[in-house]
Amino acid sequence: MARITVTVNGKSHTSDVEDRTLLVHYLREQLNLTGTHIGCDTSQCGACVVVVDGNSVKSCTTLAARCDHASVTTIEGLAQDGNLHPLQEGFWECHGLQCGFCTPGMIMSAYDMLQQNPNPTDDEVRHGLEGNLCRCTGYHNIVRAVQYAAAKMRGEEVSAPNV
Amino acid sequence: MTSETTTPMIGRAIKRREDPKLITGQGNFLDDVKLNGMTHAAVLRSPYAHARILSIDTQKAAALPGVVAVFVGKDLLDVNPLPCAWPAGGFKNNMNTPRAMAVDVVRFVGEAVAVVIAEDRFIARDALDLIDVDYEPLAVVVDPEKATQPGAPQLHENAPNNVVVEWSAGNREGTNRAVASAEVVVKERIVNQRLMATPMETRGSIARYESSTNEFTLWTSSQAPHVMRLLLTAFVFGIPETKLRVIAPNVGGGFGQKIFVYPDMVFCMWISRKIGRPVKFVEDRSENFKSSTHGRDHVTDVELSGTRDGQITGLRVKTYAGLGAYLSTIAPGVATTLYGRIVTGVYKIPNVSIDVIATYTNTAMVDAYRGAGRPEASYLIERIVDRFAAELGMDPAEVRRRNFIPPTEFPYDNGLGLLPYDSGNYAPALDKALANVGYADLRKEQATLRAQGRYLGIGISSYVEICGVAPTAWANGQGWGAGLWESANVRIHLTGQVVVTTGSLPHGQGVETTFAQIVADELGVPYDSVLIEHSDTAGTPFGYGTYGSRSLAVGGTAMVKSARKIKEKAKRLAAHLLEANPEDMIFADGKISVKGSPDKSKTFGEIALYASVGASMPEGEEPFLDETTYYDPPNCTFPFGTHISVVEVFPDTGAVEVKRYVAVDDVGNIINPRIVHGQLHGGIAQGMAQALYENAVYDDNGQLLAGTLMDYAIPNASMLPDFEISHTVTPSPVNPLGVKGAGEAGTIGSAQCIMNAVIDALSPFGVRHMQMPATPEKIWHATRG
Repeated sequence: MARITVTVNGKSHTSDVEDRTLLVHYLREQLNLTGTHIGCDTSQCGACVVVVDGNSVKSCTTLAARCDHASVTTIEGLAQDGNLHPLQEGFWECHGLQCGFCTPGMIMSAYDMLQQNPNPTDDEVRHGLEGNLCRCTGYHNIVRAVQYAAAKMRGEEVSAPNV
Repeated sequence: MTSETTTPMIGRAIKRREDPKLITGQGNFLDDVKLNGMTHAAVLRSPYAHARILSIDTQKAAALPGVVAVFVGKDLLDVNPLPCAWPAGGFKNNMNTPRAMAVDVVRFVGEAVAVVIAEDRFIARDALDLIDVDYEPLAVVVDPEKATQPGAPQLHENAPNNVVVEWSAGNREGTNRAVASAEVVVKERIVNQRLMATPMETRGSIARYESSTNEFTLWTSSQAPHVMRLLLTAFVFGIPETKLRVIAPNVGGGFGQKIFVYPDMVFCMWISRKIGRPVKFVEDRSENFKSSTHGRDHVTDVELSGTRDGQITGLRVKTYAGLGAYLSTIAPGVATTLYGRIVTGVYKIPNVSIDVIATYTNTAMVDAYRGAGRPEASYLIERIVDRFAAELGMDPAEVRRRNFIPPTEFPYDNGLGLLPYDSGNYAPALDKALANVGYADLRKEQATLRAQGRYLGIGISSYVEICGVAPTAWANGQGWGAGLWESANVRIHLTGQVVVTTGSLPHGQGVETTFAQIVADELGVPYDSVLIEHSDTAGTPFGYGTYGSRSLAVGGTAMVKSARKIKEKAKRLAAHLLEANPEDMIFADGKISVKGSPDKSKTFGEIALYASVGASMPEGEEPFLDETTYYDPPNCTFPFGTHISVVEVFPDTGAVEVKRYVAVDDVGNIINPRIVHGQLHGGIAQGMAQALYENAVYDDNGQLLAGTLMDYAIPNASMLPDFEISHTVTPSPVNPLGVKGAGEAGTIGSAQCIMNAVIDALSPFGVRHMQMPATPEKIWHATRG
């Protein structure tokens, strides 16, 4: 057992966790933050991606005990004051999701990617999201959604592409 | 309720109403459901593909602190095996279906042998390591053709040579004559490899039993909750159907895999009753791969005969279809009706004969996976037609055009036992695709590049498929064991809000949005005033669920019909209030007015209020506007289209780059273009993934080599191109919306489109066929003779 203090979406939590408890299980089972999903058991699918101290991580391969004193942002913490984050807006506007199961991880990975590269090419978006799998969209509209968000975050006028 | 004219919603690419919860982490998927007192199940699965269970010792596991109980197959002998609801009609089926857990013999790797129930999922997993099972390994067969050969291991006593069914259709004698006398015959062995649906959310079940009422509630990630309720109560448990409520929470992708009844549904229910606490089971990914259903697994010998000028005269097909160790819920029908009866595709072929030998193998069960039979059919015909074109040295577009079913021949009977194709006009879709891709210039570019030692390939696929399978009477003749109609109830509340309940349900298709668009237009009410309720057997009318691209064509039509009944009643009530003749009433723009006297009118809201209060109904009328329809279509619908891909193959590495993907799909009328495009994108991606990446390989011992996402290559974003989507529109005459269906079309059109391009690129190396997936290794070898 370890006692950890973690800030999750701006709120501090002090919890006892088993040494083997994964961050994703801590978030989902102990904090009831079920927006972060589990889609595989080999760290391939990225449905569990959250941002820890500014970097996207796969929470299924991160021990909760390692996150003592860390700051974690999950999909639940992305919208501010009731306003969707540009990525959330982009995914909605551009039909970047269908079943929505991969979406939280996809958005959190894209969030980190856009911090590092605010003006990516489509190809850079595709490679930047290599660690996240989606079975519904074929990624076409995910690329559009991330570009929508990137443009909006750069302060540009944006609208969803026509179909 | 507003009486203002509302903007038509049909045809608008509005964003989805499903999304706000899903983009903010507020979705409610199965694993997000928590119940008071809930226990957690972990499953011990067979490591052997075929073995006798000699003994199971669960004592140490049961003694682990936190373990509530351990159960094995023998404990559950008081419930029946899972049912198979679609044997192949008109043929002898040797049926064997699985129990919730194996009893004496395991027949595939991953079959459940024991279940541990514990206070949390981690303890349950720990306890699995403490169970000792003594197995006696038996001989194994995994290949659907080898399973039928003399000396092959036998899986079931009642299935000699492991045959489930020997099925045939068409005209054998005529086809034999056509092939024997043809100017040109091409033949090929074509494998449609085994695939795994891989919804990003795995499957699972949560069951709760109330001993005071003997009622179960089952939460399960399902595409068909009403059907699960029916099968689990009437067939497995032998209890009244009313004793089970089934709820599908948000479903994280299905692609067919979540249509079926599964062992975890049964053992979670059975154990929850036994221990008096809720039981939760959610697969991990490797369990989903090992033990939930797979798709495809066909080995086919095909011969196509024709004239030297490109006229097809005959098609002879013999397919071995692997169905796995037992029959899943609709497996035999997928491998026969949904495949064999559409194997001629878009072509008018005078002589066709098909045999399907469906077999048992020591593998996971095979059942419907996106497209379900039709991708296998379209892959087969489109590959062999390309092979025919190559043999003749003719342009593959020209061979296709020459053999298309002419538009004047619809409704068209292909002679294989389907109801006639509803409508179609195949050449315009081909022409548009050729124009969009710039075909003539591409062929020139291809020749130029070849001269430089670069290998461009252009692949064409013209497909037709079957959606909204119906009517029930026809499906019953195919062996389907229930109905194929769909339900919709529409009711108008006192405030004018419209509540629609349906047996269809979404798992990514956006049908809440699409359905609300339809109902808003039909009633002339604001889109936001229409609520679509679904996915819970409590509160929705019985319906058959969402699969086979049927939600809009069948479920959507039920909704239109209910809305029209509402309008008829509203007209009668308005006529009563306005002292007019009901026949003289017009329903338009949210108002009901008297023909010729537009000032004499009532708004729909006024009528809704009047009917809901119900204080002074005309004689013979009940209060409230509430209408239900159970709609059984007169026919299936037959979407079609042409896809063209451009690939470059790199002989040094064997890599394939998909440079362009152009699709022209005719899915009939389109309600929401953004949603339809999304369905096509995802469908194309799955077919492309079959062509290039995915292969659910078993070794000869029946071990699933592609058992995790490390080994099973569903593509990531960098492995797929942009898609260029457009349409022709040939409305279906089958339903009032004129829609055909779009959920599977992309998958049905795409695998052969990519393979035809890869093989076209490799043609300078003498390559005429290659089995999927076209991996770099295969290509590298192919370019070296």
